[in-house]
Amino acid sequence: MSRKKHYLALGAVTLVVLLLFSLPPSVTIRLKLTVGSLFLPLFGLNSAVQKLPVTAADAVLPRRELLQQLENLRRENQQLKVQALQAATTVHENDQLRELFGWQKQTPWQLKLANVVMRDPANWWHTVQIDLGSRDGLYENLPVLTADGLVGRVSVVGLTRSQVVLIGDPDCKASALVENPAHDMGVISVSGPLDNSLIELTYLAGNADLKPGESIITSGLGGIFPKGIPIGQVVDARQVEFGLYTEARVKLSANLGALEQVWVLFP
Amino acid sequence: MNPLNSILILAGAFLTVFGEAAFPALRQLLGAQVDLLPALMVFAALNADIVTVVLLAVLGGLCFDALSANPFGITILPLFAVGFVIFLQRELILRESPFAQFIIGAIASAVTPALTVLFLLTAGKEPLLGWGSLWQWLVMTAGGATATPIIFALFDWCNHALGYQPRTETSFRPDREIRRDRKLK
Repeated sequence: MSRKKHYLALGAVTLVVLLLFSLPPSVTIRLKLTVGSLFLPLFGLNSAVQKLPVTAADAVLPRRELLQQLENLRRENQQLKVQALQAATTVHENDQLRELFGWQKQTPWQLKLANVVMRDPANWWHTVQIDLGSRDGLYENLPVLTADGLVGRVSVVGLTRSQVVLIGDPDCKASALVENPAHDMGVISVSGPLDNSLIELTYLAGNADLKPGESIITSGLGGIFPKGIPIGQVVDARQVEFGLYTEARVKLSANLGALEQVWVLFP
Repeated sequence: MNPLNSILILAGAFLTVFGEAAFPALRQLLGAQVDLLPALMVFAALNADIVTVVLLAVLGGLCFDALSANPFGITILPLFAVGFVIFLQRELILRESPFAQFIIGAIASAVTPALTVLFLLTAGKEPLLGWGSLWQWLVMTAGGATATPIIFALFDWCNHALGYQPRTETSFRPDREIRRDRKLK
């Protein structure tokens, strides 16, 4: 009887797994999001608890310091306003020139701020979850960035949260452009499992001459990431496959290990 | 086996998965996140019935995969495989000994991620692997091994605090009471 029960248990588990694997991907994703949503109250509680010390610190901050901060922010705001004015003039000039040459007008980036609510519990994926979903207009493959540079792309979208696959993960590759005179192009590939601040830039031309410190930006090819998002800086480069192509290590501009807030970019 | 223990184990699995996803401090410190589900499975396999082992594998695996980029359901089989083998051999294991718990915890914590990665590769996925993965594997093994005796102690304490404790028998027996009566017959 006991042995029969063991076989029954084994059969039941195998059946559940086979059933899950035979489901269509859309159903699996929906199931995954449903199970994941069970954790929402806990994540809400967690963020509320994390905000408590900040709120408490704000409450006891002296008035003089608050006024000082306010003054600093006002000054910074004025500076940014002047810079925005200057940028608006440049954009206008750029639009006029584009019109003159008959080029397509560039649309300004639309950004939405999102909080990173959790990281992938598995060590073999680099993904995070953000607190924006289809309710906020998100859809798959939207670029995600911080003020420092590219972070990744939206991979799965739920109603109130989404999964972002980080750059360096095998599922997030991007076409990149080196800001050097030759404008060498390559593909941003995987990072190491331990250090996600260094990633590989592969498929550069065999004669590409990359120097440490040169900036890497998105090339705009591939259809997901628009051109010009900073990715990082070249650390070193080497020729591989008997000089057939060059590979480089790139230090990412964005700190992927300490993501708290990110921007989702709408084209 | 009381139902309270099963409920505690399943609630523990839920909280464990949440903790692994919400608190990345250990990952930032050691470069790897420790998975406590195998350690919990060791406890369940040594102390609970087969239904609890199945439920822990299915629910724990589904919760883990729901918050991860893993294909949904891929963690169930490695967890169950580890739990099932320990369950079948549990009469031979000194489950009360912390050293035995440590060793079984280490084996379970080493085998579960290895099997998961094997299944991922079999399913055609490309997990992020390299020489650094060996370090991560060691951290997961050591972390799981250390956590296993702690989980045993924690659940024992919870069961003791929340569970029904049968009254201990007193040595008093009414049939052997010495009657102090003047009218002895």
